[in-house]
Amino acid sequence: MNFTLRVWRQDGPTTSGRFEEYPAKNIPDEASFLEMLDIVNEELEKAGKESVQFDHDCREGICGMCSLTINGVPHGPGRGTTCQLYMRKFQDGDVITIEPFRVGAFPIIRDLAVNRTALDKVIQAGGFITARTGSAPDANSVPIPKVIADESMDAAACIGCGACAAACPNSSAMLFVSAKAAHLGLLPQGKPENERRTVRMVRTMDEIGFGNCSNYYACEAVCPAGISASFIARLNRQYTSAAAREAVGATTI
Amino acid sequence: MSASSATSTAGIPIHEALCRWVFSSIGKKTIVAVTGILLVLFVTGHMLGNFTIYFGPDLINSYAKHLRDLGPFLWVIRLGLLAVVFLHIFFTMLLWKENATARPQKYAVGDPIKTTVFARTMRLTGLIVLAFVIFHLGHFTLLIFNPSWAHLDTELHGETVHDVYRMVVLGFSNPVVSAFYIISLGLLAFHLSHGIGSLFQTLGLTTRKMRPVYEAVARVYAWALFVGYSSIPISILIFGLGKNTIK
Repeated sequence: MNFTLRVWRQDGPTTSGRFEEYPAKNIPDEASFLEMLDIVNEELEKAGKESVQFDHDCREGICGMCSLTINGVPHGPGRGTTCQLYMRKFQDGDVITIEPFRVGAFPIIRDLAVNRTALDKVIQAGGFITARTGSAPDANSVPIPKVIADESMDAAACIGCGACAAACPNSSAMLFVSAKAAHLGLLPQGKPENERRTVRMVRTMDEIGFGNCSNYYACEAVCPAGISASFIARLNRQYTSAAAREAVGATTI
Repeated sequence: MSASSATSTAGIPIHEALCRWVFSSIGKKTIVAVTGILLVLFVTGHMLGNFTIYFGPDLINSYAKHLRDLGPFLWVIRLGLLAVVFLHIFFTMLLWKENATARPQKYAVGDPIKTTVFARTMRLTGLIVLAFVIFHLGHFTLLIFNPSWAHLDTELHGETVHDVYRMVVLGFSNPVVSAFYIISLGLLAFHLSHGIGSLFQTLGLTTRKMRPVYEAVARVYAWALFVGYSSIPISILIFGLGKNTIK
């Protein structure tokens, strides 16, 4: 298969970028999108040009490292990560525009690689539980209803890729934050820090400069892990409830 | 009051905590949602009041008289509504400003990604509806365009009252006014098609199961308001409602 790529090239975080056009020739239809970029990069290097920088790691769809906004859609067409996107999804001769995740809180490192440390800062603000050291408690000593365990697992599926913020017209990271808050907050082990976690994660998200959620649901549509925006509703009510309890002195954050 | 008595037993002072909530992303959204509910209740009540026109001049004129007779209480309602409208717009603008700076470099290729046209046009439809509301107040409340309407009087149970019935019929007999009215109400329906469903999510009442229900109810409710409101200018302009009263 043959394609024409319009790729965003940017030398560093502070320099201005531009689109450059490259042909992608003789691409097997079973190549993943990242493998297609590898082929194009080999050609660029052979021609003595700088290869295109892009994020990737496991290439199995589970690590959350790959990104790219392909023809305006984070992770490209269909459900799943960019590494799980295959070139057979495209038509021979297509012009494909590849941009980095465009979120102010994700500065561009180079070309298509972005710095998603902002998401780590949200996790550091509350994405943990307090566990005692020593012998492990008996696995079945804390009963958890199946619906709760399932709900928590659904939230825990978030791989932290940041596509939600990249897809959101407001660059809001609410889907990520709500998934991380729910994944721990739903379980008994995460309950003691629940209010503190919720409030601190939301405040950190606000301070970093992500946008505000307008309930567009673009996040949910691109999420490779299929996280439901109902977690955002949960975060909204839990945040307001925790903030109210903090205001009246029923809890400390 | 000493500083310590304003402080809750644990943590930060209550006004500081409130302020933090109000200006957090979720706080601002919640204020927009709650003021939105109040405005939806208002447009619903307003429409039901308008329907009195279908029961002849006496009912709508006595309804208008009862509203006027509220006196100072009417002003409480008016100022309250004004405050609600102000908060709704003020916090939306704060959110808008932050959202605009959250993505300094826009995408070269845009894709709506499952977002609805109703959601994408919220600010535009909201601002046009605001312009309409200002015109509408000037038209039927302040009588800026037709000062003579203030002297439209009629007899109601032996009393001389303002003839709202004839004023409305005269007002909507103008096709341009009626067209602007219907278009604006259409845009309000656009606004509420997203707004009503969205407020459940913002207030944290949405679950995976209930979201499609809320959204369907929101659409039906929004367009029912459109049909209800638009029926009046259409009845006057096309079906000649109240024609005999204006000649």
